[in-house]
Amino acid sequence: MDVLVIGGGAAGLAAAIEAKNMGVKVLLLERDRSTGGVLNQCIHNGFGLHVFKKELTGPEFMEYLWEELGDLDEVIRSNYTVLKIDHINREVFTLSEEGIIVFEPKALIMATGARERSLNSLRIPGARVTGVYTAGVAQKMVNIYNRLPGKRVLIIGSGDIGLIMARRLKIEGMDVVGVVEIMPEPGGLIRNVVQCLEDFNIPLWLSHTVFEIHGNERLEGVTIGKVDENLNMIPGTEKYIKVDTLVASVGLIPQNELIENFVDVDQVNRGPVIDDFMRTSVEWIFAAGNNVAIHDLVDFVYEEGKIAGKFAALYALGEKLPEVKYEFKRGKNVGVMLPQRFTGTQPFKMYLRPRKSMSKSEVIFSGKTIRKFGWKIRPSEMIDLKITNFEQLPKEVIVEVNEIG
Amino acid sequence: MDKKMTCISCPIGCELTVQLDENGKILKIEGNRCPRGVEYATHEIIDPKRVLTISVKVENGVMELASAKTDKPVPKNRLNEIIDFIKKLKIEAPIKRGDVIVEDILGTGANLVVTRTVKKRN
Amino acid sequence: MPIEFGIWLFIYGGVYMRVFVIGAGIVGSLIARELSKYDIELHIIEKAPDIGWGVTKANSAIIHGGYDDPPGSVRARFAAYGNKLYDELSKELDFGFKRVGSYVVAFKEEEVSYLKELLVRGEKNGVSNLEILSSAEIRKREPNISDKAIAALWCPTAGITEPWEVAIAAIENAQENGAVVHLGERVTNIIVRNQKVRKIITNKGEYSADIIINAAGLFADEIAKMAGVGDFEIFPRKGEYILLDKKLKGLVNSVIFPTPTKKSKGILVVPTVDGGILLGPNAVDLPKDQKNNVKTTREGLNEVYEKAKKLIPSIDLSLTVKTFAGLRPETKDKDFIIGTTKVWGFVNAAGMRSPGLTAAPAIAKYIVEKVISEDLKINLTKKANFNPYRKKIPHIEEVSLEYWEELVKKDPKFGKTICFCNNVSEGEIVEAIKRGARTLDGVKFRTRASFGRCQGGFCSLKIMEIISRELSIPLEEVKMNYENSKILNGKVRI
Repeated sequence: MDVLVIGGGAAGLAAAIEAKNMGVKVLLLERDRSTGGVLNQCIHNGFGLHVFKKELTGPEFMEYLWEELGDLDEVIRSNYTVLKIDHINREVFTLSEEGIIVFEPKALIMATGARERSLNSLRIPGARVTGVYTAGVAQKMVNIYNRLPGKRVLIIGSGDIGLIMARRLKIEGMDVVGVVEIMPEPGGLIRNVVQCLEDFNIPLWLSHTVFEIHGNERLEGVTIGKVDENLNMIPGTEKYIKVDTLVASVGLIPQNELIENFVDVDQVNRGPVIDDFMRTSVEWIFAAGNNVAIHDLVDFVYEEGKIAGKFAALYALGEKLPEVKYEFKRGKNVGVMLPQRFTGTQPFKMYLRPRKSMSKSEVIFSGKTIRKFGWKIRPSEMIDLKITNFEQLPKEVIVEVNEIG
Repeated sequence: MDKKMTCISCPIGCELTVQLDENGKILKIEGNRCPRGVEYATHEIIDPKRVLTISVKVENGVMELASAKTDKPVPKNRLNEIIDFIKKLKIEAPIKRGDVIVEDILGTGANLVVTRTVKKRN
Repeated sequence: MPIEFGIWLFIYGGVYMRVFVIGAGIVGSLIARELSKYDIELHIIEKAPDIGWGVTKANSAIIHGGYDDPPGSVRARFAAYGNKLYDELSKELDFGFKRVGSYVVAFKEEEVSYLKELLVRGEKNGVSNLEILSSAEIRKREPNISDKAIAALWCPTAGITEPWEVAIAAIENAQENGAVVHLGERVTNIIVRNQKVRKIITNKGEYSADIIINAAGLFADEIAKMAGVGDFEIFPRKGEYILLDKKLKGLVNSVIFPTPTKKSKGILVVPTVDGGILLGPNAVDLPKDQKNNVKTTREGLNEVYEKAKKLIPSIDLSLTVKTFAGLRPETKDKDFIIGTTKVWGFVNAAGMRSPGLTAAPAIAKYIVEKVISEDLKINLTKKANFNPYRKKIPHIEEVSLEYWEELVKKDPKFGKTICFCNNVSEGEIVEAIKRGARTLDGVKFRTRASFGRCQGGFCSLKIMEIISRELSIPLEEVKMNYENSKILNGKVRI
């Protein structure tokens, strides 16, 4: 086998499609019972505008990828878990109903996606009760399992899935009390604030969070309150809200447990350092999607998957890929950023998240303005930049985002 | 009079400013990055519409639900009525993505179409 | 098993004994397992729906060295001996137990002199190989300990375990040897006649009883009162904990204590059996009526963090998996209450504050060999066919891949991973259900499924499906733990 893809979400499927199109033998391992990842449960629309020029729902986007891939049984192995990767001997140990199978691919693509941060990790005071779910779990309950999580719900965190679930649960008849967001700005896309909350008269409380969880077995209520600019609780602002369900959309965490001990990891992205070929610091291992960094749009994830698929295939075919020549370094106001390195041999897309919202701004590469934004940019919305001209760039490019008058 | 709104045509979310005269007639639309912004703002002032995404009960399928959407935006003020109607529907597996479940749903001109394939349960 | 049957089975040499253990926590479970070696009719009654859900579920999970209990106290007598028993017990019952050793760290000169006191005390309690280490030696062994530490008492015999697993293992083994377990059954009264135990009454029935062992943990005082011997009170003392990700494995290799105060052993940094790091507990005395209060508090968690950081400054809370609180049963005299009472046949094994987990195996032996055999003068006969062994549910991270491959060949369910964070297979979950798991927590505490970093995000619904399928109950009836802990609330579309 030439290329092995781990993970069958949008990035992994796209990688497999592209690798297959390149004419190499490719296998995709999916740990769940079928591929598609979170697209399965994202029944709302907003997917595919960039790559398919259509506004699709998650399941539609997923089925488009399946059709693009063709014979699914030839490429996909579901219910396969990867136990470990021996990066020196280039072995991938898997467990499935077939037993333990060790694969020795020529190139490997990590498309392991992200997991949701659990509310349990936030150290909110209270007892361990049922009725507290991450937004993704609630979404799976409602959209896949045909079950409701409760009767009256508060959403904590205004990430996109949180906003989407506020609307979804309201449509299905739950009493959606509101959404609390600890930051002074919503965490998800403004479009979702409008069509999920405003359209359905669901209040959004910014600079608010859950102070305490009440109940012993099932959730009985929560105390919410206001926080100051340092995110500390402001005493006296507490308010008790009677709910039996708390849905948490408090962040996604890239999943890199299989490789983080031997590849270079970007601590801001929480994912592997990659170049414009989606290569990690280990030459035969590529990575794409939310395991590299958390993206807003599945379209971008898909595009990355395709790049990874293409170059992993070329690598597997024995082609000598160009070496990394340039490196991006984070300067002022730069949060999530990828890639962190590039070869300078091809145009590529760069993704950035500013550290704060800015009404008008410019992106600067080592002192040189390369893009101006006349509209508001915010941390919750990834900026994409097309990088085509490398001529005058130094080997180490300092990336900054500045607010302009 | 100026009316501010966020365009929801795509995930970018342009912040639009719509200038209206005293009769509510649109004079000018600003802040859009593409023509869809103008279209959105116009609709939003005259007759706000939304695409509805929802689930429909499937009988005898490998899944209990199929996801569905209106293939065109439907009037925002009729969403509740349409949702209540859809909640009562039952469709029989197998179904294919793109299958029309209800044509011209409640006279809105939009069809309700399935957005995922659900095979028949063995 | 119908009670009437027991009469036939257990009349032996003219002595017929029906023994009830109240409470399936660590103490009750180990007592039951010890009793199951003998020809008696044995029942265990537990009010919770599963084993080890009280004090046993939420504590530091440490097998103490036994050096810090006052010589001559009941605690001291049992702790050092209990520690020694864990080697054999963990082999027979096949539960996780690691002698990782412990350090008591001193930051000030007066604390160093206290360490010396502890060393002498330890020797009096029969704890060997204690040693006081220099700061250089500490850092060589545990590089993450604060460089402000000036000395530490090293106890190589201290260990870590998973207390709920010990209790589950002990009960499984007792059942294997004929014990009857009544879960979700609450003792409501005890009938005493002529100062002798007669009957035990529960919310589900009544049973005649010859001997009752009161191992009811936080509620042992209430049980004793029912028998008319309620001359002690149990106070709940809350301890809060923060559990950190397995990614921090190796942050500490041993249990790290601060120098203790009069009130408690302080806030510790503990490696867990499966590689995580546990911080805690603080100690908050609660009113007597709050025996169900396991709520964490902001102040408590802050205290845990601040104090743990003094021991290990590099602790990173961004790797928090979860927080929880547990209760310890405290008594006025800060000591165990073990032995006969003025009601013949009513035996206490109560007030099991720290080091109750450590002492439990020794207490179990004492209850059988001293209290029942000598004090109550019951001539117990050993079963000829007692099977001392219980096998744990196999887990891929604890065996060779070749072994696992064989297992998958026999049952493909062991090849299907359900919990991705801890690599738990469907085979393990099905086996847990066969062994008595009825809830998500039942599965969790038997397999570690959903115990990991995603806290059940990926696997809870799948585990619920498996429980629903194996027990033939509707999905919405599956609970997290207790009666009111349902997860789902009806269908979206009927």
